[in-house]
Amino acid sequence: MIACGALVRELRAVLGQLPGSAESIDVVYLPAHLHNRPDAIPAAVEGAAVEAGAAAGAVEGAAVEAGAAAGAGVPARILVAYADCGTGGRLDATLDRLGATRLPGAHCYEFFTGAVRFAELSAAEPGTFYLTDFLARNFDALVIGGLGLDRHPELRDQYFAHYTRVVLLSQTDDADLVRMGQAAADRLGLAFVHEHVGLGPFQAAVGWTRERAGA
Amino acid sequence: MTDDAADEAIDLAALADDELVSQMHDDLYDGLADEIAEGTQILLDRGFSAQRVLDDALVEGMRIVGIDFRDGILFVPEVLLSANAMKAGMALLRPLLAETGAKPVGKMVIGTVKGDIHDIGKNLVAMMMEGAGFEVVDLGVNTSVDEYLAALDEHQPDILGLSALLTTTMPYMKIVIDTLVEKGRRDDFIVLVGGAPLNEEFGAAVGADAYCRDASIAAETAKTLVSARRASA
Repeated sequence: MIACGALVRELRAVLGQLPGSAESIDVVYLPAHLHNRPDAIPAAVEGAAVEAGAAAGAVEGAAVEAGAAAGAGVPARILVAYADCGTGGRLDATLDRLGATRLPGAHCYEFFTGAVRFAELSAAEPGTFYLTDFLARNFDALVIGGLGLDRHPELRDQYFAHYTRVVLLSQTDDADLVRMGQAAADRLGLAFVHEHVGLGPFQAAVGWTRERAGA
Repeated sequence: MTDDAADEAIDLAALADDELVSQMHDDLYDGLADEIAEGTQILLDRGFSAQRVLDDALVEGMRIVGIDFRDGILFVPEVLLSANAMKAGMALLRPLLAETGAKPVGKMVIGTVKGDIHDIGKNLVAMMMEGAGFEVVDLGVNTSVDEYLAALDEHQPDILGLSALLTTTMPYMKIVIDTLVEKGRRDDFIVLVGGAPLNEEFGAAVGADAYCRDASIAAETAKTLVSARRASA
């Protein structure tokens, strides 16, 4: 499995609960800051797939099994713990070549909440800035720093003028995390909503992906 | 591009014309709004036309910014600062350009599609289109197909621009274009699409005339397509 580095805690928890997953799935994590650079995700995933195949001593037969046109050195079954993540289908095009399978949905927020609930949240307020546990904990580095707001706070309105609220979709029940989410919303000058989603929808998404990949 | 100490040492008024224009490219790159306003005023005082300042200093500077953004050298915060610097120059030039009475190169209606409230890219395109001589009608964000149609009726533009940042909202572009087709109005407009998750294949798939990777390319594409359309009329 090639996974976003923003999912480390949640994936470890979920793989530990899905029978056989912890033993049969090797996980390679890519840097979480790719969250801010969707255009770089497909190449990073492909590079990790090839590297993992080389490290595992993948044989030609494995690549053939994967049906990967450009897949020499690619492991037999690749699961990718990303959503589309703003790649506009480019990640899927890469995964098709690799014969790989990814988590469902457009964003991690979607596989954390489930597609139906995420659609409801988005429809209710398009101007919603979502946080997960990881993003709440790393808000300063990934959001404030990633958007340059630490150096140029005057850009806040250009980024967030049309946002009205921050929604924390929490995976763990943690009062500190809620305080971090509230602080993030305060910093952006937005309303704060907390919705505890747990790990259920994410576990279902990982299980679905594993079954689909035959892993 | 230049360090702070060097910036402080530069007396813009002491630079020759070509050096000042070159320095303004650097200042745009560095997002220095005050310096861009100062440089713009100096060039105007030296007899440069507003159009020449716009083309040689501002639009060319933003073209360089666009290239380095494309190549991963600059990122969104830096591009926003550059855009804000260009706005400082445009604020001085806009009334002068209006005074000339020059007919706009064309007219564009632009908006971010329904369900999407992101407008950084759309605003950059609007600014560069204005810099390229287009009249721009900006519908803002979260724009429904009915709002696009009403604006097309009201403003009769040459170009319709559709913007989206989200994978989940980019399919709405096809809804807008398909509606134009259904109403027999698709050929009345040049349709340009843009946004971070889009690509040329997507633009072709939804029936746009062109996908524009960045704001500078949008302005260049718009000029080319409007000229071609008028030549073939």
